[in-house]
Amino acid sequence: MMTSQKHDFAAAAIRIEDAAPALRLSLRVKPAHRDAVGRALGLDLPARVGQRAQAGDIQALCLGPDEWLIAAPEGAPLADAARAVYADAPHSLVDISDREITLRLSGPAVLDLLAACCPRNLAAMAVGSAARTVFDSATVILWRDGPADFRMDVWRSFAPHVRSLLAQAQAEIAAGL
Amino acid sequence: MLLIHCPYCEDSLPELEFTYAGEAHIARPADPSALSDEEWRDFLFIRTNARGPHYERWRHIGCGRFFNAIRDTVSDRFLTTYKAGEPRRPLTNEAAE
Ligand SMILES: [Zn+2]
Repeated sequence: MMTSQKHDFAAAAIRIEDAAPALRLSLRVKPAHRDAVGRALGLDLPARVGQRAQAGDIQALCLGPDEWLIAAPEGAPLADAARAVYADAPHSLVDISDREITLRLSGPAVLDLLAACCPRNLAAMAVGSAARTVFDSATVILWRDGPADFRMDVWRSFAPHVRSLLAQAQAEIAAGL
Repeated sequence: MLLIHCPYCEDSLPELEFTYAGEAHIARPADPSALSDEEWRDFLFIRTNARGPHYERWRHIGCGRFFNAIRDTVSDRFLTTYKAGEPRRPLTNEAAE
């Protein structure tokens, strides 16, 4: 019985896919001007670290007390919208689209895969939240989109290292280790 | 794994997400040119090197923030953590327990 369970488990335990390129913006703004910039972007910027907001296909993640990551389809005209309120709500909005790549990690054993190199208790992470954390020594942002569905933003230069670790952990889990 | 409470994330998170950043509450002199060599040396290099509760700065990679902590250098226990810019927390019995 254990053997058959293990076999089913390994069959489609983990999927690792590359997400399509996206627009990524780093927003820094003081709390007093947060709502004004949020309104300009059409987002209700969350105030608590780890919380996300979504409007259409634009997502915002609160990374720190004055720092947000905005993810949107390529070409979304967000910079123009923010520029329009700059005089009244000074902020910094930097295009970091090409700094990172995004991996989509899913499957019933995805928590085991991530636990191989991430020290956070990801089982306790709320679905619909996200966090900047570490994967081995690389800084990554993990978005939990479903109980067994994560996105991982990795700096491009760390991606080969992270990919090789993920492949190794995936192989070990598939082998039942 | 040691868990450290980040006062900005309001969560206790694994130590691997944190970096030590030296002793806390060392204010940069307002007028560095007015300092004697000995005062400048003290500002740059002389630290308390406490055995026991130690006021120190840490940085959390999750929120990118520096904050203050009181950590016991003998037991490696974090007695409390608080936001950067807040005044030095007194060593209460509660914190020292
Ligand atoms: Zn934090």
